[in-house]
Amino acid sequence: MNCQDHIYRNADAKLVARRWFLQQCGVGVGSLALGQLFAEAGYGATAGDAFAARSPHHTPKAKRVIFLFMAGAPSHLELFDNKPTLARLDGTLPPPDLLKGYRAAFINPSSKLLGPKFKFAKHGDSGAELSELLPHLAKVVDDIAIVRSMTTDAFNHAPGQILMNTGTQQFGRPSFGSWVTYGLGSESKDLPGFVVFSSGKKGPSGGNSNWGSGFLPTVYQGVQFRGAGDPVLYLSNPPGVDQELQHDSLETIQQLNRMRLDAVGDPEIATRINSFEMAFRMQSSAPEVMDIGREPKHILDLYGAVPGKPSFANNCLLARRLIERGVRFVELFHEAWDQHGNLVNDLKHNCQDTDQACAALVTDLKQRGLLEDTLVIWGGEFGRTPMVQGGNDGRDHHPNAFTMWLAGGGIKPGITLGESDELGFQAVKNPVHVHDLHATLLHLLGFDHTRLTYRFQGRDFRLTDVFGRVVKELLA
Amino acid sequence: MRPLPAHVGRRSWILGFWITATALTLAAQAAGPDTVDFSRDVRPILADKCFQCHGPDAAQRKGKLRLDTPDGVLGKGATGSQAIVPGNPDESEVFLRITSDDAVDHMPPAKSKKTLSPAEIDKIKTWIAQGAPIPRHWAFVTPVRPQIPRVKNTNWPRTPIDDFVLARLEKEGLAPSPAADTVTLIRRVSLDLTGLPPTPAEVDAFLSDEKPDAYTRVLNRLLDSPHYGERWGRLWLDAARYADSDGYEKDKSRQVWAYREWVIHALNRDLPYDQFIIEQLAGDMLPGASQDQMVATGFLRNSMINEEGGVDPEQFRMEAMFDRMDAIGKSVLGLTIQCAQCHSHKYDPILQEDYYRMFAFLNDAHEANVAVYTPQEQQRRSELFRAIQELETGLRHRNPDWADRMAEWEQAQNAGQPNWVVIRPEVEELSTGGQKYLPLPDGSLLAQGYAPTKHRVKMTVKVDLPVITAFRLELLNDPNLPLNGPGRSFKGTGALTEFEVEAAPADDVSKNSSIKIVKATADVNPPETPLDPSFDDKSKRKRVTGPVAFAIDHKDETAWGTDNGAGRRNQPRKAVFTPEKPVSNEGGTRLTFYLQQNHGGWNSDDNQSQNLGRFRLSITSTPNAEADPLPAGVREILAIPRDKRTPAQIATVFGYWRTTVAEWKDVNEQIEALWKQHPEGSSQLALQERTEPRATHMLTRGDFLKPGKAVAPGVPGFLHPLPPGAPATRLTFARWLVDRNSPTAARSLVNRVWQAYFGTGLVSTSEDLGTQSETPSHPELLDWLAVEFMERGWSLKELHRLIVTSATYAQSSHVSAELSARDPYNRLLARGPRFRVDAEVVRDIALAASGLLNPKVGGPSVFPPAPDFLFQPPVSYGPKIWPESKGDDRYRRALYTFRYRSVPYPVLQNFDAPNGDFSCVRRTRSNTPLQALTTLNEPLFLECARALAQKTVREGGSTDADRVVFAFRRCLARKPSDAEASALLTLLHKQTERFEQGTAKPGDLAAVQGSDAAWPKDVGVAQAAAWTAVSRVLLNLDETITKE
Repeated sequence: MNCQDHIYRNADAKLVARRWFLQQCGVGVGSLALGQLFAEAGYGATAGDAFAARSPHHTPKAKRVIFLFMAGAPSHLELFDNKPTLARLDGTLPPPDLLKGYRAAFINPSSKLLGPKFKFAKHGDSGAELSELLPHLAKVVDDIAIVRSMTTDAFNHAPGQILMNTGTQQFGRPSFGSWVTYGLGSESKDLPGFVVFSSGKKGPSGGNSNWGSGFLPTVYQGVQFRGAGDPVLYLSNPPGVDQELQHDSLETIQQLNRMRLDAVGDPEIATRINSFEMAFRMQSSAPEVMDIGREPKHILDLYGAVPGKPSFANNCLLARRLIERGVRFVELFHEAWDQHGNLVNDLKHNCQDTDQACAALVTDLKQRGLLEDTLVIWGGEFGRTPMVQGGNDGRDHHPNAFTMWLAGGGIKPGITLGESDELGFQAVKNPVHVHDLHATLLHLLGFDHTRLTYRFQGRDFRLTDVFGRVVKELLA
Repeated sequence: MRPLPAHVGRRSWILGFWITATALTLAAQAAGPDTVDFSRDVRPILADKCFQCHGPDAAQRKGKLRLDTPDGVLGKGATGSQAIVPGNPDESEVFLRITSDDAVDHMPPAKSKKTLSPAEIDKIKTWIAQGAPIPRHWAFVTPVRPQIPRVKNTNWPRTPIDDFVLARLEKEGLAPSPAADTVTLIRRVSLDLTGLPPTPAEVDAFLSDEKPDAYTRVLNRLLDSPHYGERWGRLWLDAARYADSDGYEKDKSRQVWAYREWVIHALNRDLPYDQFIIEQLAGDMLPGASQDQMVATGFLRNSMINEEGGVDPEQFRMEAMFDRMDAIGKSVLGLTIQCAQCHSHKYDPILQEDYYRMFAFLNDAHEANVAVYTPQEQQRRSELFRAIQELETGLRHRNPDWADRMAEWEQAQNAGQPNWVVIRPEVEELSTGGQKYLPLPDGSLLAQGYAPTKHRVKMTVKVDLPVITAFRLELLNDPNLPLNGPGRSFKGTGALTEFEVEAAPADDVSKNSSIKIVKATADVNPPETPLDPSFDDKSKRKRVTGPVAFAIDHKDETAWGTDNGAGRRNQPRKAVFTPEKPVSNEGGTRLTFYLQQNHGGWNSDDNQSQNLGRFRLSITSTPNAEADPLPAGVREILAIPRDKRTPAQIATVFGYWRTTVAEWKDVNEQIEALWKQHPEGSSQLALQERTEPRATHMLTRGDFLKPGKAVAPGVPGFLHPLPPGAPATRLTFARWLVDRNSPTAARSLVNRVWQAYFGTGLVSTSEDLGTQSETPSHPELLDWLAVEFMERGWSLKELHRLIVTSATYAQSSHVSAELSARDPYNRLLARGPRFRVDAEVVRDIALAASGLLNPKVGGPSVFPPAPDFLFQPPVSYGPKIWPESKGDDRYRRALYTFRYRSVPYPVLQNFDAPNGDFSCVRRTRSNTPLQALTTLNEPLFLECARALAQKTVREGGSTDADRVVFAFRRCLARKPSDAEASALLTLLHKQTERFEQGTAKPGDLAAVQGSDAAWPKDVGVAQAAAWTAVSRVLLNLDETITKE
């Protein structure tokens, strides 16, 4: 039901607004003021409720997304992309032809090749190759699709992460999560549609712009949640305000707002009344959903989650709890993968922090029947150079080839798509650009990526700009 | 609103109402066969469905056909059939193709995935039948003053604005709303002009003022208020994408508040808008540019800066240039020009070449960082300089032979200068810690990009000089360094921890050995000084800077520093290093230099480096070479024949020479003491024109690595021309932007001002007035305002006065269900505006109502409370500083809140404040539960509630009823109704009882934070807590944060 419906039924706005408030119809977790000309979008032209569940272009395979963003750029050469030739050529210079026009961030591109630091083995029925650093992922390898031929345009972190998250290196465009919530709305009545977590050594490069709404209405930007303390900013009552006082205060606020609505007739007041009601409900629902102590021990153990100790594992479990409650898009940033040096030890450490939880998420979603229509995405902003940085324990940024994996939501399980060359330098078979990835993910979510648009400055903008192709080989 | 075909809802709001009220068929009838208007009805269809291939972009054009110009539609295209035969649809190829059943012939082609609806086809048909007129797009024609329309109700209009609005309402069969009541009006106009609610005293004064010009005097007061500039300045800062940090990964803090202050003051003194723009685009190029005019160019420098490790600085300079173009497009031109960065515009006649020609005007500037002094500091500086000058004049006076003595001294200085050979070593990438060293034509290296706080850069070079007796390191100024350098610290200083050299015979580099340096001389040798705490590396070592000997003492704790105090620290410096014995190799020498720069702090994601900014290495064979003690500036003057020197140059030489005269020790010491009093000042990012122009090329798809054709500065042909003979400079471009003949400059600005008052602009797409923009709701009013604005000398205050004295503005915002249904967005203006105020004003209202507001105008940004974890990893990329303001600064207006781009201040973000990543001329206005949580629970809002409660019990009378009225009026200006007062009293009494009986603990709620704001003695803690609860309710009302 549309918030402004009463207007068009020629009914008395005041009466309808009151009834409408009591029914808590329509408005989800954010609305746009009148005058925002939401219709300008040319899509799902509703004026009030920005999160009303909407139908995409075609029947979606995926209804929600969990994006495990491995910020800093994990080394594909130590994790997914086994390169015996690189091992053989360790210590030699790369062929000059390969480096034509190549720009590196830190190193002289003509630096010696560095052989992979870990052993690989085949796993599962699919026989996918994984490094010894990923024993847990190995157990679910038949449920995921590995893409070894990812490419991107950027080789610095902030532009790279912004590109992966918004489809362009220029700041100011809407993030993937905001496009999806704009396109599909949210199914949660009392939680934001797009939730963001952060763990690891640092925060994402570019910060908020990675989950910003760009020129889309601000209600679509990601909301940061936290695994400790208040899950959402300002969720708890201030010191000295007990539950009854909060309740009585809300009651008085609403009472006065209703009087004003009667006097003034502005439907926006009804929306405000609803926002306060929703806020009050969030105060109890958000802590509940964030309390992983409610999970049975075997689930905590599966993820390696520990209540009260914020971690990537906890965030994975929280992601599952949130999507179960209708949150459309959860993005977990884990910044830890920028191994210019200390490659061996850092990777061991990072995989200890993340491998089990990532695999657990796939397992857990599957056992609950959620994997079918939940997209899980794992990957960073680019890969790392086959050439060494420093002595023999580091790699520089590398955009020409890297690996991501996807699971659920209509992704073909148990496949490994694409190949990089024998040095892991260039994606040579079935290259998948970031734009292609976005097009494919939107396709699974029910959208023709060329038609999910928003008009801004006289132009219909889209996540994939003027690029992108759906990678059919990835579809189940 | 029911979903509509996008083009109908967007383009033609009049039709939109018809459709929502009735049905689509009616809309078609309403438009009628006579009323098809190309701009409003046809162009949007063509733009959306046809221009991709048949529009202004020649590169994409198919079939040699363009449909956006009169010539184009009469053309024959590749098929040979005339695209449009005016008056005859059935002979027009366009019409035949869009109605064709043939899959091959049909347009738009299937692969475009675009289709025309029957209604759209009908409109095109009607348009052709009408003769297919293509008028120029309204916004590309210089506005002329339109006739004021005749209205029936001649009593209502107070200004011509009202005639335009009323004429439209009468046409629609609507009447304006009655005038808003006096209290509503004064609150509305106070919020609009100053962003602050009126105090109850101001309301009372207005209510009791019976003179006919009472409202005028309120307006005078508000327009004269220093808060006017804060309110309207904040809106401009959105367009100027203002933020206090760099953005991208490091997102380091930057000093740009002087620009914010310039904006506020410029508006307060009503600097004409054309001048306002000229100074921001090219203030540095105005004759005798003042500090303020330099600061104004900060507008262009508000672009983000990427200094993460491993960046190519030129790539991100180009990104910043694109951002500047976008900002100019949105905020000044009112046109979308960003598209043309990659290709010619698909809809507007902006060619890619036009884009890069405008770009060329901006491309010749240094990314400078200039010193800024407050008026007090400027005064202090003049006093110091005068005092120094007087002392020097005294010396000359007492020593009439000074000129001869100085000439004698000068003779001695010119003898025996070593012969230095500049060398150009190559930097080893891996040794730079991620910093980039850009070689410049003079052989120097400019440090750019990421600034590691500790690194030891390695450089090698082969030299032929057979004997090397000394090495010279020159530290040079550069406009692209902080405060002109020569270092990269936030003061423009640098520190050299250690200077090391190795040498090997060029023909046998295996014989490389380190060279023992036994002596170092420099033209500056500051005393040993502990490091500023900004450079603390958490090692707890005693780290110092001092004389150049510190650069050869093999100690990591000591460094040669160049900082000899405020006012004199940003000068070129030099040091000479002498080896134990000369380096000599017959076949040349390979030299390896290591410059250790370890005197930065612990956090390389912050401004803690002290790296050298620009430097040059030289070698000599001259024996006993030492650093020239003369400052470089003095040495340059000495090269000028004595009779050609200006008095200022003579004074500069004198200023140095006197320091060498032993008998003048006393005066020299007095002057030294004066220099010590020089104010520190601060800095501001600004532009500074280069002497050497850069070549500008068109960039293929906007990629800086793919330069195409070189272009000269110029402007798009469809806009007004440049003045003939004007030099091709940024200043000319700035003047052109706000030329009286500009079709968009004034329209764009008045439209945004209108938007701020009424929630929606006369053109709702306020960032774009181009052909894809919405048709104006009141086109004549827009033009009238634009012309009036320009003719009143581009005075913004006059424009405001014009709008707020209109009957349109003064209408009540109460709305009936019928009117709301007829005109949900109030585009017809049959009522006054009513909407939630902007983010900053939400905070300011709470501060003002509570009495906590600190009204200080200007100054550096402040740090109101925010959760610390936001500024620490893993939420923030790196640790950020958020030194929570104590005392008064905590309660400054929200526009002074420090803005990190990557970690926006959450209170403001929740209310839709943009973060400065890009220029924003139209904010979203959302209504969310997170907003409710913010005003309910955020600590500073609670402080406001408590302060309002304290003020209420102290000043609000003795009865609860009086106090409720008092508190209510502080928030809402009006008095409460009986029902409203009763609801508040019920809450008060119930909570007092709970607190008194101990069912709830009042302590926390009543707890006073500052010592100066205590509760009156006769107010018990239960009462205090209950009043805080009531105040909190008031601050959370919809009406409190709404302009009614």
